[in-house]
Amino acid sequence: MTTDADPGRGSRILGDLKGSGGGQRSVWIALASTLVFAGILVALIVTSPGWPAVKASFFNRKIFFDSLPEIAHAFLLNIRIFLTAEVFILVFALLIAVLRGLPGPVFFPIRGLAIAYTDFFRGVPTILVVYILGFGAPALQLSWLEWATPLFWGTLALVLVYSAYVAEVYRAGIESVHTSQEAAARSLGLSRLKTLRYVIVPQAVRRVIPPLLNDFIGLTKDTALVAFLGPVEAFRQSQIDVAATFNYTPYMCAALLFVLLTIPLARLTDWLVARERKRQLAGGAR
Amino acid sequence: MSSNGRALQLEAVRKSFGEHEVLKGVDLDVGEHEVFCLIGASGSGKSTLLRCVNLLEPVNSGRILLHGEEITRRDVDVNRVRRGIGIVFQAYNLFPHMSVLRNVTLAPRKVLGKPGAEANAEAIALLERFGLADKRDEFPDRLSGGQQQRVAIVRALAMQPDLMLLDEVTSALDPELVAEVLSVIRELAEGGMTMLIATHEMTFARDIANKVCFLDEGRILEQGPPEKIFGDPEEPRTRQFLGRIVEAGRL
Repeated sequence: MTTDADPGRGSRILGDLKGSGGGQRSVWIALASTLVFAGILVALIVTSPGWPAVKASFFNRKIFFDSLPEIAHAFLLNIRIFLTAEVFILVFALLIAVLRGLPGPVFFPIRGLAIAYTDFFRGVPTILVVYILGFGAPALQLSWLEWATPLFWGTLALVLVYSAYVAEVYRAGIESVHTSQEAAARSLGLSRLKTLRYVIVPQAVRRVIPPLLNDFIGLTKDTALVAFLGPVEAFRQSQIDVAATFNYTPYMCAALLFVLLTIPLARLTDWLVARERKRQLAGGAR
Repeated sequence: MSSNGRALQLEAVRKSFGEHEVLKGVDLDVGEHEVFCLIGASGSGKSTLLRCVNLLEPVNSGRILLHGEEITRRDVDVNRVRRGIGIVFQAYNLFPHMSVLRNVTLAPRKVLGKPGAEANAEAIALLERFGLADKRDEFPDRLSGGQQQRVAIVRALAMQPDLMLLDEVTSALDPELVAEVLSVIRELAEGGMTMLIATHEMTFARDIANKVCFLDEGRILEQGPPEKIFGDPEEPRTRQFLGRIVEAGRL
């Protein structure tokens, strides 16, 4: 996780500086030391014996701008996969987490299923799930599944794997809500389901937004795995361009696009968490 | 199965947590419109007794009757029973992710199915009655402890219960905030609300209660009108307990 762990204190990087007494001065020291550090790093790379060759094959300006439009267009498919998968993951994972929390001996089989599910899909490498579903499921030749494209199977594989992770995140959130909240809700006559729906889950979800985002950053990257089934997304497109130009620069292009997607996601979450906190605590009228 | 004007009856109620028996056969009668105070040391079983009445804890044996209906039967719809009983907790237990108004209207809307406008209007009237009208859009964390506890009382009242259970509702409050909560309870008593109150506020119990009951290690040692229990207790344990309270300057 990035700086989301303790959102109340604002930026952990600069927040510590403000408190250290120097004020303006410590910010300048931080800036200077960062520049020196970055300078050393760049110098180390640029002066290495292989740098001219690396520069030519990874940082070719012309090839970069030539391949960027195509890869960016292909990247839209990554975003589509990501958004589609995310919606299903959020719902499906919550269902698993709730099922796993069902009390009493009657629901043991359901709890057991939920546990088996999360154990299995967190244990198997994502790429294997993509392969097994993408090549295995169509091979069954079921007529009612004829419409299912490789893109569908790839996305489904991501939903299955990430739901297992996200279900655990939800579960941690649900268990972190104190039992007195449940007692308060039940004592008002709310059923178990309504207590979950209106009292427990809303509080749980607010608490797990930062770790949820962490999983979703992982998901944006793993959309590239769908390429192994054939759909031309950013990674596949950059492979095509690399093969055509005998130059690795298109990979850098794809890498840049992935980074550009995750940064706004991280900022969005910071903002959501800060807004919620402000709403509940601002004023501090205690 | 007549209730004979009794709101709540406990018959030989026993409750254990594992090996530890917290209630060792409690009999209790609370009349309609009666204010019944439970006193006793911490760990004597007061809170457990209230939680059993609200069916938050299942009893091990014995019966609890609400207006003559046995509510400890297995086939009883607990959600229906709880609708008629309001409980207020020591730690308020407000829902921190909802505004005061949402806290109060949640159960009327989602349990009774009242339309939003009607639930809001009723909630606002209640909040006004208890001096909280200007807090309706605040979140619980922004209120003082006394305000939070008053909101918790209003939240319970919004379901129009005919029995209120108060579980040491002033124990978590700073001393200067206790009065505002006690005055709310006093107002409820004057309005004829049947209440079962677990409390450490002895002066308050003496003033407000129709009946006081001394609970000691899961048993009722003594019960009667407050003048009797506080003025001339029969049991040595009761005397000892009250003696310590007087020493601490709390009576």
